[in-house]
Amino acid sequence: MSYALQKLVTMLITLVAISFLVFLSFHLIAGDPATKMLGTEATPERLAALRTEMGLDAPFLIRYLRWFQAFMAGDFGSSYSYNMPVSVMIADKIPITLALALMAFAFIIVLSVPLGIYSAKNANQPLERFIMVVNQIFMAIPPFFAGIILTLVFGLIFRLFTPGGFVSYKTDGLKFIGYLIFPALALALPKAAMAVKILRSAILSEMHLDYIRTAYSKGNTDKQVLSRHVLKNAMIPFITFQGMILAEMMAGSIIIEQVFGIPGLGRILLSSIANRDYPVVMAIIIWIAFLVLAVNIVVDIIYGLIDPRISISEKRR
Amino acid sequence: MGNAKNYNLIIGGAITGIMLLFMLTGFFYTPHDPNIMNAELKFAGISFNHPFGNDNFGRDLLSRVMVGSFNTLYVAVLTVLCGTFFGVLIGALTGYYGGIIDEILMRINDTIFAFPSILLALVFVSILGSGRNNVIIALGIAFIPGFARIVRSEFLKHKKMDYIVSAHLAGIGDLRIIFRHILPNAAPVLLPAVMIGFNNAVLAEAGMSFLGIGVQPPDPSLGRMLSEAQSYMFRSPVMVLAPGIVLILIILGFSLLSDGLNKRP
Repeated sequence: MSYALQKLVTMLITLVAISFLVFLSFHLIAGDPATKMLGTEATPERLAALRTEMGLDAPFLIRYLRWFQAFMAGDFGSSYSYNMPVSVMIADKIPITLALALMAFAFIIVLSVPLGIYSAKNANQPLERFIMVVNQIFMAIPPFFAGIILTLVFGLIFRLFTPGGFVSYKTDGLKFIGYLIFPALALALPKAAMAVKILRSAILSEMHLDYIRTAYSKGNTDKQVLSRHVLKNAMIPFITFQGMILAEMMAGSIIIEQVFGIPGLGRILLSSIANRDYPVVMAIIIWIAFLVLAVNIVVDIIYGLIDPRISISEKRR
Repeated sequence: MGNAKNYNLIIGGAITGIMLLFMLTGFFYTPHDPNIMNAELKFAGISFNHPFGNDNFGRDLLSRVMVGSFNTLYVAVLTVLCGTFFGVLIGALTGYYGGIIDEILMRINDTIFAFPSILLALVFVSILGSGRNNVIIALGIAFIPGFARIVRSEFLKHKKMDYIVSAHLAGIGDLRIIFRHILPNAAPVLLPAVMIGFNNAVLAEAGMSFLGIGVQPPDPSLGRMLSEAQSYMFRSPVMVLAPGIVLILIILGFSLLSDGLNKRP
């Protein structure tokens, strides 16, 4: 329990550090938001008035603390270009991007675990070799290209879904999930192929170790050795990889959203970057950082559950 | 593996060689001007004169793919160089000297490392603005932490070894020890990371120009060609397939090559 708590504290500190770095870099480069908001209508008096109103005349650290405090309370400032609170803008987009990333993640697990185990069991047999060649090619496919091909084949030729026909989860939850299947698949395929390769080599390298020979000599069958002994250890590199992937899924969904016309966080992020709408960019970045860190914690805790050695060596450090 | 031939190395080397030739040729020579539009050749199919056909503006696709893949190569190589250079510098100095600066830098490093590199690059681009050179800077910065981490851990390992201790005793200066003694020994670990980094850079560049952030039109880039082709893919699938397959071949060749090099005894 103290292990999880320690991780949680580290995460909070990291999150504060990230928010400070983000605030600092946007403060240094973005320039004066008041000038930006007034644009051509700027006069020195109006500028000064707006700056006081926005609290821009306070020292940097005070402004950071104010901003941080507001952020923690759920007030992310307001968008320069839309003049509406950022929290309102992104609140209903987060579930979309999160659903896409989690679905893609689920696909990765469902595809890679059976295939990885199968290919390790049948290593170097003809069919397995063929699968690994195909697997290697899939690893090289950029997700957005996979998305375009899936749209072409399943959207335009087989008409299994309507490209661009996104349905919000607020209108129809089932159709929403239905529309996300192919985007999630596009996002998942290359990473699933990598996961297969990692799981395969993790299992194969465990198979040579002494404790496996011991397990066999005790009369265990292949199946028992695999499920009781090998998989437990082979899962460690696999889970590390999954943790890294889940963070990448969040970023990858930004691109996939563009391919399939999904109005999630990615679309707002891109348009805000184009419009230099910094409060929105900052809020989205910190949100994603939060999600990434949360994932890391979950992975760390799973480690501790699977492998008691890890939490001990962590404490020693 | 025993006496089995290293197929990864052979096939990967062959694909990479062909793709490199293809990309570098694109810099010196293309069959047609990649940016010249020709209304008569709109969506023209595959022909002897235009082996990949023509796009929605009647531009020659083969020439565009050639120049586009050269642009991708250019961005990827410079990104990796930038990431490696600063990564090695930071990793070597922090690993060698340690102390409080090391502690602080590595905390920041770990934080950045946990962040997906495309996202980080997007942040930098939002600050710097779009364009090919800004993408190189943005991706380069995003790639530094990974390399710094690897180099630092190698330096931590090597600086305690006997040969470094005796180098100290021989009165050799710190800088010489860092760059002439330890760094060459860290290279075998760094090289695979650089190769994986190159692939990630190709992917990231393509992704960013797909989003309209990288190479600016009318100059071709593989990512942008794919995003333009999306509206016409039913009418002219070759517009999607040509840049996509070239992209896959570049990544496939390089990942096979790096697998093959790793396996070599």
